[in-house]
Amino acid sequence: MSSDYAYITGIGQSEVGMRLTRHPLSLTVDAVREALDEAGLDISQIDGVSTYPGRVSAMLGFSPVGADELVDALGIRASWYAGGMEISSQLGAVTAAAMAVRTGQARHVICFRTVYEAAAMARPEEYPMSRRGRVDGYSQWTAPFNALSAAVWTAQYAMRHVKQYGLTREQLAQIALTDRANALLNPRALVREPLTMDDYMSARMISTPLCLFDCDRYTDASTVIIVSAADALDEVSCTPVRIEAMAGSVERLSWDQAEWMACYPTGEDLWKRTDYTPADVDTVQLYDGFSFQAVAWLEGLGFCERGEGGRFIEGGTRIALDGELPLNTFGGQIGGGRLHGFGFAHEAVVQLRGKGEARQIQGDPRVAVCTSGGGPLATALLLVRD
Amino acid sequence: MAAPRPLPRLDSDNTAFWTGGKDNELRIMRCRDCAAFIHPPRPVCRNCLSDNVAPEVVAGTGVVDTFTVNHQKWHPAMEVPFVVARVAIDGAPGVYLTTNIVGCAVDDVDIGDRVRVMFEQQDDVYLPMFEKIS
Ligand SMILES: [Zn+2]
Repeated sequence: MSSDYAYITGIGQSEVGMRLTRHPLSLTVDAVREALDEAGLDISQIDGVSTYPGRVSAMLGFSPVGADELVDALGIRASWYAGGMEISSQLGAVTAAAMAVRTGQARHVICFRTVYEAAAMARPEEYPMSRRGRVDGYSQWTAPFNALSAAVWTAQYAMRHVKQYGLTREQLAQIALTDRANALLNPRALVREPLTMDDYMSARMISTPLCLFDCDRYTDASTVIIVSAADALDEVSCTPVRIEAMAGSVERLSWDQAEWMACYPTGEDLWKRTDYTPADVDTVQLYDGFSFQAVAWLEGLGFCERGEGGRFIEGGTRIALDGELPLNTFGGQIGGGRLHGFGFAHEAVVQLRGKGEARQIQGDPRVAVCTSGGGPLATALLLVRD
Repeated sequence: MAAPRPLPRLDSDNTAFWTGGKDNELRIMRCRDCAAFIHPPRPVCRNCLSDNVAPEVVAGTGVVDTFTVNHQKWHPAMEVPFVVARVAIDGAPGVYLTTNIVGCAVDDVDIGDRVRVMFEQQDDVYLPMFEKIS
């Protein structure tokens, strides 16, 4: 059975914290249980598993649980599964699952992302970073120059925006300020202390123009999104959210050979696959591992012209919870925690179902965009509640 | 420069690039059929798929395309601040190198600055760093 659309049904999330001691597989199962409960599904109805980036043994904190382990640990009889890093970014695991259910490979797919970086930092003997010798692959072009973090790579795009288009620190601050204000209303958010413009402006620099508050923090958590086939919706008890369009495009798979980040071609391609337009969107949940990435996503998705992102968010009213385009209503990664992409899809569904409680946006939101990725990695999903 | 830098593992694709500094040469892979430059270096042209490619010596000058001043110590031995930049290489359209701008104060670097390569040797690797052309 094939269908033009796949649907998000259950969503779930574990405890979100730092230096948790609960086993990462147990965190994953917590999120699975919540998602199954919400969907009214039993684990025996799950026949697919999808994850990003799969288990990474050299950096276990980054990804301690793989698709294969979850299949086996939960006794899932899988007719389709996938996990890997060579995909258009974190939510690429959801786009893969959507294609699987649309082509009849599976009916209900658990998509998950489990992160354990704070715990791993605290317990290096249990979660060692394997010390490699020399570097190869893409990092050979950056690491020898001590460009060791995505913060540094992203900062160079941000600096070009500063110099070419006039992005100011006060404008950029609106991502962190919005995130942190929204996080105060989210009981599961990682960072639940207020942040002021003065705090932001006096923060220490990480890599210009990005300061401490422009960066997310290592987090321990698991997030689950269940993707279901159109002809399996009669098995679920929650309001399904339709994946209207999805995209994950790139021009150069490189952090330094591409003029701009992959959010631009990805945003352009998303709108080619739908009759909806940016004007129809009620809320955006945009990847902000570093604040500037959300600014670039606003431009890439066509909410404003390229170069206008700073002016678009100026003052913060437009992207606030009660603004015309509420952004990252769970706190994004900067406030909500480094859920690594999956938090944005989770929150889009929360909002479209009207389950945001203190942080629920007004009106009757029906259309949301969620994204993951920065640099050469980008995935965008357009979600609709019919 | 205190702490040793992570060094690339040399292989048949990248050795010409990473060891060119021994002869004070900045070498970028180029297609002999369509003349496109190929970076990172690979044994096939990304423009015409030809495998008739070879490293070519370029002038070693360029322009700062963008940059950042890194203040965070990513490991305890790291000396900060320093400039990470992306340099557009003269004579090799479309090729950018992530590098460091050295020999000047970190606040003296800006987009559009003209720079020239200088190599820093560590073991068998010659890292192309750049300094401003005054
Ligand atoms: Zn060619």
